[in-house]
Amino acid sequence: MKKLAMIMAIGIAAISLAAGTCFAEKIVVAGSTTVLPIAQKTAEVFMDENSGVDISVRGGGSSVGITALIDGNCDIADSSRPIKDVEIQKSASNGRDPVAHIVALDGIAVVVNKSNPVSRLSKKQVRDIYMGKISDWAQVGGKPGKIVVVSRDTASGTFEAFGELIMNKEKVLPSALMQASNQAVGQIIGQTPSGIGYVGLGFMSGELKAVEIDGVMPSKETVLSGKYPVSRPLFMYTNGKPQGVLKEYLDFIKSKKGQELVETQGYVGLK
Amino acid sequence: MKKNITQNIGFFLLFACIIATLFFLGTIIYFIFTRGIQIISWEFLTQPPRNAMTEGGVAPVIVGTLYLTLGAMVFAVPLGLACAIYLCEYSPKSIVVNIIRISINNLAGVPSVVFGLFGLAVFVNFLNFGVSILSGSLTLGILALPLIISASQEALVAVPHSIREASLSLGASKWETIKRIVLPTALPGILTGVILSIGRVAGETAPILFTAAAFYKRGYPKSIFSEVMALPYHIYALMTEGTHPDKQKAIAYGCSLILLFLVLFISGIAIYLRQRQRSYHG
Amino acid sequence: MNYKRIKEKIYKWIFTVLAFSSLFFLVGIMIVLFKEGTPIFKDVGFFKFLFGSKWYPTYEPPDFGILPLILGSIWVTAGAIIVCVPLGVGSALYLNELAGFRQRQFLKPIIELLASIPSVVYGFFGMVIVTPFLQKTFNLPTGLTALNASLILGLMATPTVCSIAEDALSYVPRSFREASFAVGANRWQTLTRVVIPAAGSGISTAIILGMSRAIGETMTVLMVAGGAGVIPKTFLDPVRPMTSAIAAEMGEAPMGGDHYHALFAIALILFLITFVFNIIAEIISRRFRIKLGLSG
Repeated sequence: MKKLAMIMAIGIAAISLAAGTCFAEKIVVAGSTTVLPIAQKTAEVFMDENSGVDISVRGGGSSVGITALIDGNCDIADSSRPIKDVEIQKSASNGRDPVAHIVALDGIAVVVNKSNPVSRLSKKQVRDIYMGKISDWAQVGGKPGKIVVVSRDTASGTFEAFGELIMNKEKVLPSALMQASNQAVGQIIGQTPSGIGYVGLGFMSGELKAVEIDGVMPSKETVLSGKYPVSRPLFMYTNGKPQGVLKEYLDFIKSKKGQELVETQGYVGLK
Repeated sequence: MKKNITQNIGFFLLFACIIATLFFLGTIIYFIFTRGIQIISWEFLTQPPRNAMTEGGVAPVIVGTLYLTLGAMVFAVPLGLACAIYLCEYSPKSIVVNIIRISINNLAGVPSVVFGLFGLAVFVNFLNFGVSILSGSLTLGILALPLIISASQEALVAVPHSIREASLSLGASKWETIKRIVLPTALPGILTGVILSIGRVAGETAPILFTAAAFYKRGYPKSIFSEVMALPYHIYALMTEGTHPDKQKAIAYGCSLILLFLVLFISGIAIYLRQRQRSYHG
Repeated sequence: MNYKRIKEKIYKWIFTVLAFSSLFFLVGIMIVLFKEGTPIFKDVGFFKFLFGSKWYPTYEPPDFGILPLILGSIWVTAGAIIVCVPLGVGSALYLNELAGFRQRQFLKPIIELLASIPSVVYGFFGMVIVTPFLQKTFNLPTGLTALNASLILGLMATPTVCSIAEDALSYVPRSFREASFAVGANRWQTLTRVVIPAAGSGISTAIILGMSRAIGETMTVLMVAGGAGVIPKTFLDPVRPMTSAIAAEMGEAPMGGDHYHALFAIALILFLITFVFNIIAEIISRRFRIKLGLSG
């Protein structure tokens, strides 16, 4: 019994020592589930090219990532929103200095079923639909029928962005179907002729039709040029200016090859 | 006569109940098995995930689950066993013992997500272990603790008093009696409890959600302070956070089959052991 | 001799300390939940938090009313009970009364084995098989609904309920049955009028533990309940039970902020609910044992 305890104690001490010293080439990425596929794919290819590097990628959410960065528990914090004032203050008191890197753009497409004749809406019309002021497709030039409103759940980053860009902080009507993922929203709209929803551009599929917002169709070009009104930048935060492998990894993401990978994941590259 | 008709209908309904139970649960296993087996191959079991987790295998994921489970047991087995020994062998029958017993029972009923929050607040943030195998193992260990304690307690209570007294009367001390006589006799029962809790811990997701799980990692974990991929979390992440649902669904089926196989196999051993002990003791 | 006595004392102390550490963990969990959860009651007000009907944690200003989440939990738990009580108790009665010795030796372990299927596997099954099925059958916009969660949770709790209820039935002394047969009752009458009442509190313990498992289950509801934080009107609406709100939103809640405290407060309420359930189960099962003359 005693011996066992001794061996265990020595073992644990040895492992923790090893952890502290010999894995300098380790990068821990944590945060937003929206940025997760970008971090995962780029990490994979980056590790293929640099065999000495060990990158681990974790989701959790934007706040988890930024909190971890403040506490020194990760090297890169993924975030689908800019850092908040409270978080900047906290960083300062922890002696940390978050630096933002924009790694991709995410366009949020307002989608309807492909059989729906409506193909353009104004920002105000979308807002009225989501507030419940407009409840029939006939009111916006479609076939008469009750509009089935589908939204992301209130805790998601996509919901937050949609709320800011479209809703002007008005509340989404309570009877909207609140879905936990982009996939679920896409699936519902694909099967519901009278539905309306919104998904990240990466989640468009053949069953869905994106509508023009204020006369602009969401696409790579319109998001890049800033014409399409419902888009947001995606961030990675580091503590101070990145150095060494960390810098190489971020440079890789921002490079042409990295941005191509970003697009294979369904997001809009920076160039 | 009417009496017997009621009886027949009643018995038929009971029969229908068990058939329905076995049918539905069988359906789950059937679907997971037939769809999962299609993707399982040597490569799937030995390779890391590739191409945005749409190809390759799940080797680091399986290893991660093994590490977490092992870590939880290293923590929970000695502690749980010691606790059971105290309750059965040392404690005077008192209110304090009753409080401990009730609190253990309650610990067993705490929702697993609450354990996760506790692990996040205490191990990850307060003790600053970060999101790591250590934090995850400790959290899972606390979850396993009540299972191990109550199983060990049951096994210890079943040891007849007469052999304890015989040992003590031969001049052995209390600890010697426990070490040489009581523990060996109770061992099969304790083992059953431990194995059952291994099965439970291996399949838990909510406690490791905030304390240990990584979405993607290439190699095997190198220290207890690194985060890991784990089978149950991997299934959840593939189904909700990936961008290639069609290809990732197949991998999720494969992971489910492996997890199901692992857990049923481990629990199967425990239940077999228990069954044998039951028929042994009559 | 003296050395030996000291050694004995040391061992006793070691075991005492370790035994109390399990108490420490339970108390620790309570302390953490209270410390991190109660600040929200000060900011929002206890009753407004508990009975507020709007859950908009990320809005400015946010709404922290968890009534929709509590109702979500209650709906899926109630639904699960409707599924698992007849199936679980019925199966237990069959095993105990009708199955032959060999059949029982074979089926009981299988039921116990099925109780160990991990919840994430149930959730996965619900997502890929039950969801499209429900959607087609009821012609719904989405199959991720309270009904789906109820079915899956109910199935999941069935083996547990069955196993505990069967244990309770097997404690009913033979003499009870024999006395009943002796006055001319048939097996069905004996079962419904003698055995079930005698084992009644044991069976209720099984049901309460099943409920406690259903209300605290996280992964399954997170995957299949649909996640709408609104008060459900029918079983075909998506719901967001308390556990899934915690698991889904913890990642998006800035640490130390109101949302973070609100989620801990939900966990606290959940903890208290299951705590009460478990205490009730404990009391009932103790009475049951005393009633049947078994040791407490």
